[in-house]
Amino acid sequence: MNIQTKYHGELTIEETDIIQFENGIPGFLNEQEFIILPLTEDGIYFVMKSVRTPQLAFVITNPFTFYKDYDFTIEDKIVKQLDIESATDVKVFNILTLQEPFEESTVNLQAPIIINTKNNQAKQVILNNESYKTKHPLFIESPDSIKG
Amino acid sequence: MLILARKQGEAIQIGNGIEIKVISIQGDQVKIGIEAPKTVEVYRKEIYEQIQEENKQAATSSMNVLDFIKKSQK
Repeated sequence: MNIQTKYHGELTIEETDIIQFENGIPGFLNEQEFIILPLTEDGIYFVMKSVRTPQLAFVITNPFTFYKDYDFTIEDKIVKQLDIESATDVKVFNILTLQEPFEESTVNLQAPIIINTKNNQAKQVILNNESYKTKHPLFIESPDSIKG
Repeated sequence: MLILARKQGEAIQIGNGIEIKVISIQGDQVKIGIEAPKTVEVYRKEIYEQIQEENKQAATSSMNVLDFIKKSQK
C-alpha cells in the first residue's frame, strides 16, 4: 500500500512493516498503526509515523544509547497482551520531545514503546518505576562525546 | 457522577469484571484495591495525563523538526 508522509514523501509500505497499537497511545487513542523509518544513518534516531494521519510523527530513539542502565520489567499483563514469547523478540524505543537547540531535547523514559517484533504488536507502556520521568535530558554531557 | 459512600473493607462492583475496594483509610489518604480484566488499563490519573501531554508535545516538536529537515534538504 502507498501512504503519504510529510518527510519521506509518498512511500510504499508492506502490510508486514506496520506496527499495531491495539489501543492507540495516550493522547492518540485512534492511532493504531505506525511505521518506523530511520531518520539518521547512525541508527540512533527513527521516525514513528502514523499510517492514517500523514502529518503525525514522533521522533524516537533506542534509549540504551543514551541511558545504558535503563532497566524495567515488563508486567505479565503486557507480556500476555502483546503475546511476547521471548525477550529477544522485544524492541524498545522511547519518544523524544525535541527542543531548540536540539541539545536540550528530552526523552520520555516513563513511557517506553514496547514492540514484539514477532507479530508487530506494540504498546506504549506506562512504568510504575518512580525514577523514570517524561523528560530526561537526552544529553547528559556534551553531545560531542556521543557522536562517534 | 455517581457518588457512593463506602467504609473500609467495602467494595463497589462495576459491570461483570471490575471491583474497586477500599483497603484502608489513613488521614487524607485512601488505599484502593482494583480488580479488573487484563484488557482494562488502570493508571493513576495524573500520571496518565502527564503521558498524554508529553506525547502531544513530542508530536508537535517532531513535526516542526521534520519540516525543518525537509526544507533544509530542498
